[in-house]
Amino acid sequence: MSIDRATVAKIAHLARIKVPEAEQDHLAGELSKILAFVEQLSEVDTEGVAPMSSAVATTLRWRPDQVDDGGTREAVLANAPDRAEGFFGVPKVIE
Amino acid sequence: MNTGRERAAMTYIQGETGDWEMVIGLEVHAQVTSKAKLFSGAATLFGAEPNSQVSFVDAAFPGMLPVINGVCIEQAVRTGLGLKAQINPVSVFDRKNYFYADLPSGYQISQYTQPIVGKGEIVLDMPDGSSRTVGITRLHLEMDAGKSLHDQHPSKTFVDLNRSGVALMEIVSEPDMRTAEEAGAYVRKLRTILRYLGTCDGNMEEGSMRCDCNVSVRRPGGPLGTRCEIKNVNSVRFVQQAIEYEARRQIEVIEDGGTISQETRLWDTAKGVTRSMRSKEEAHDYRYFPDPDLLPLVLDLDWIESIKATLPELPDDKKQRFMSDYKLSLYDAGVLVAEQARADFFEAVAKGRDAKLASNWVNGDFFGALNKAGKDIQDSPVSASALGGLIDLISDNTISGRIAKEVFEEMFATGRPAADIVEAKGLRQVTDTGAIDAAISAVMAGNADKVAEYRGGKDKLFGFFVGQVMKQTGGKANPALVNEILRAKLAG
Amino acid sequence: MTALNRLTMTEALTGLDRRDFTAVELTEAHIAAVESARPLNAFLVETPDQAREMAAASDARRAQGEAGLMDGLPIAIKDLFCTKGVATTAASKILQGFIPPYESTVTANLWQAGAVMLGKVNLDEFAMGSANVTSAYGPVINPWSPGPLGAWPRRLVPGGSSGGSAAAVAARCALGATGTDTGGSIRQPAGFCGLVGIKPTYGRCSRWGIVAFASSLDQAGPMTRTVADTALMLRAMAGYDPKDSTSVNRPVPDYQAALTGDIRGLRVGIPAEYRVDGMPAEIERLWDQGVAWLRDAGAEPVPVRLPHTQYALATYYIVAPAEASSNLARYDGVRFGLRVDGGSLSEMYENTRGSGFGAEVRRRILIGTYVLSHGYYDAYYLKAQKVRTRISEDFQAAFTACDVILTPTAPSTAFAIGEKMDDPIQMYLNDVFTVPASLAGLPGLSVPAGLGADGLPLGLQLIGRPFDEETLLRVAGVIESAAGITALPPFVA
Ligand SMILES: [Mg+2]
Ligand SMILES: [Zn+2]
Repeated sequence: MSIDRATVAKIAHLARIKVPEAEQDHLAGELSKILAFVEQLSEVDTEGVAPMSSAVATTLRWRPDQVDDGGTREAVLANAPDRAEGFFGVPKVIE
Repeated sequence: MNTGRERAAMTYIQGETGDWEMVIGLEVHAQVTSKAKLFSGAATLFGAEPNSQVSFVDAAFPGMLPVINGVCIEQAVRTGLGLKAQINPVSVFDRKNYFYADLPSGYQISQYTQPIVGKGEIVLDMPDGSSRTVGITRLHLEMDAGKSLHDQHPSKTFVDLNRSGVALMEIVSEPDMRTAEEAGAYVRKLRTILRYLGTCDGNMEEGSMRCDCNVSVRRPGGPLGTRCEIKNVNSVRFVQQAIEYEARRQIEVIEDGGTISQETRLWDTAKGVTRSMRSKEEAHDYRYFPDPDLLPLVLDLDWIESIKATLPELPDDKKQRFMSDYKLSLYDAGVLVAEQARADFFEAVAKGRDAKLASNWVNGDFFGALNKAGKDIQDSPVSASALGGLIDLISDNTISGRIAKEVFEEMFATGRPAADIVEAKGLRQVTDTGAIDAAISAVMAGNADKVAEYRGGKDKLFGFFVGQVMKQTGGKANPALVNEILRAKLAG
Repeated sequence: MTALNRLTMTEALTGLDRRDFTAVELTEAHIAAVESARPLNAFLVETPDQAREMAAASDARRAQGEAGLMDGLPIAIKDLFCTKGVATTAASKILQGFIPPYESTVTANLWQAGAVMLGKVNLDEFAMGSANVTSAYGPVINPWSPGPLGAWPRRLVPGGSSGGSAAAVAARCALGATGTDTGGSIRQPAGFCGLVGIKPTYGRCSRWGIVAFASSLDQAGPMTRTVADTALMLRAMAGYDPKDSTSVNRPVPDYQAALTGDIRGLRVGIPAEYRVDGMPAEIERLWDQGVAWLRDAGAEPVPVRLPHTQYALATYYIVAPAEASSNLARYDGVRFGLRVDGGSLSEMYENTRGSGFGAEVRRRILIGTYVLSHGYYDAYYLKAQKVRTRISEDFQAAFTACDVILTPTAPSTAFAIGEKMDDPIQMYLNDVFTVPASLAGLPGLSVPAGLGADGLPLGLQLIGRPFDEETLLRVAGVIESAAGITALPPFVA
């Protein structure tokens, strides 16, 4: 499967990464090369094989229903590029 | 499900070109009742200061990891059992990837291909007394996103992450509903069940329950139409209005030669219309994949059984029992079981008493007074045992039903027991035949003309004489005795 | 007396215990070494004041007889570990200015054991790379680069992504360093810089507070100059953490006690599939030499088959980018780090992420986004996870016939900055020997075993059963003694 510049533009938008038009062709070439490389997996017979869901052979552990976190508003907001009256500020969204 | 033809005709919408049928499926997001969030230890209380109930996990800081809250799992299983649904012994948490200001990690942890709860059902109680079964497709656990406030600043959207990470159960129905009323009944019934189970407080105003309505229209019996999803509708009334509006909108578009495009819409409460959501216009590709920070959720079968053993009696079973044990009508039983507190109150009143009388009093004067006063059962000035005391006075003929209403009003106003009020006001029923005799004689003497008319065949005047005798005795005469003696005396 | 920064951890602890020197003196020697090694670009943040404070507190503890496992030992922290109050960048512009309000579990464990933090060290951006050339803060120079400091005719890479960690330890700036390994990021730089490094079993060290790259693969581990030091530091780092759902609840053994030197009867698996085309003859010779050393020590070499080895890299380059594309979605300019404004929310995201991420990170996010996207998930991601099962099954089968597996660490010695950079696949091939164990979640260790014809270090890799780090360390100890390497990087020679 080879990736064209339109596909690059599409996935770049899905990933919210700005890719200048001038770079799209080059990137399409690189990504195509990587895809060509990984496509060798189609040779492997995986009939009836379960996908690996985790590298540890245990199941999910449960936490007690206990309030032991939060209440640290200042620390949560301290790194924000735009703090607005106790909120995070972002460019206005119109629904 | 009884998609019977008999009801079909009544549910169609008349368009300009013929009949149309609505097809409705609902996705309800119900906030799980828990102290802490699904994957963090931050609190879930409603109405806190912005960003004050946010852990670094909820705000998706670098290196933060989710650990699941066991009570949320238990609540989901309880709910599944309450919906008579299949509980899946293995389920998987997936990431649903998309960018939005109130989704800090850029993905929502949800369950996609392997939810915790599979197929179940809900029986709807329709206002006409009929019932309908709606299929539940699945229930899955997921985290809520934060909240975006768009109207606080001219050029900015504000983000509050207090809700981020709160546990939700997404309960998805089959597209089994055909009218807005059915959709309303579905939401009400689901809410009742969740409240019985204690797994969600069902408080739609606070956003504990939100409804996504999938609506399409088709020619009766024809192929399914394209559906639109109305997001986040937050009251039963709005659910019905939004569906009704949306169906008519779609019919109009189609009848004008247009086509419906699958889209997400909003219910505009102020204008009473649905409209397309601009921000969600672009096609989504959620790139679901199993969350590698979490492992498969495996439930022990014995544990599931132990949860089952703690389930309360649910509304449908309770209704059946009320009908068979207390001989209540379907309607009365339905009203009583709609809220657990109501049903419990009734049972406390009915214990050892005439159940029909108890049900009439609870559903009648008692709820009437509560409604008027805007009070909940918990803060009623009249307790179940106090109401029982009043009913006892009726049953042993101490007071008549009419006097009882007066006594109840007094009880509700003052909180005093019925017996005290009856004593203090001298409201005891007159059962002394001599006194009743005298009253009847006086009434007959004063209305000789009417007596003659009665004796001449005008039976209807009997009620007039009863009324006059009761008036004479200040309403305290035992009505049965009055009837008996009056009939004899009038007969001459 | 040996200069204090040339000691091993074990020697330093002995000296501290005998009061030959104080932790403050030991730390001062290292702070000086850090300063003089600045041309290597190993450190992103130096924290000398904090180091002095921690050292003084350590001396006080030792005086009270309350010294911990690593008390007073100065170490460097890969800048992927969040450190409370100290900038953490993941070597990315996108985390510019980020000061974590929390401490990662692994570093907290180390401070609990008494270790002293010298600073945060460079790495490939978000740990994506095998040469430490993708850092937004410039490449790290391998102290084995020939020539005097700063006047190198060839600037060699230290390997990656834990290149700053490897360079700092090899240059005697730190007694040890934390690394993280997703597909070889501890073992390969350890090999390139002549160090011992272990990627423990997945679940052995907590991932909490470590900037995530690929969650199902990431593991923290130590990088030191000797096997004994690695055993010591691993013991301090490892442990169960209820804050990480993938952390495994089992006791941490005394790894140093496992270094008995006795490997008699141990079955050492030699997988034929690791003899890849174009592997330099000297690496093959070194591998054979390793087998001979172990046989001499009483172990029994056995051939084993790992038939899906050749598919490991392709599997890795689907799984890791897919997870990364999702893990890195949180860098969006809203709550921390860089923001580049835009007219709309979407534009702000695209500008921030477009300029905040470097080329390799962008490439991997895009590949990861692609393989998860609608219509491609089954063909790529799901397929890769199935092949991953196959690879894991290969190891399970092999470990019925052997107790430990021996392979080379990397297919070459350190190369120069600029080489292998035009073609991402060429760079990915660096990890061909380390990736399979990562996919299977198994422990892997690299131990220096010799020098190439160019005078640069070469490592051998040991792969073990889940949670059998002890066997890896014991066998590594035997190789270490047999190899008897005395050569030093030119920088410190
Ligand atoms: Mg939904
Ligand atoms: Zn949902």
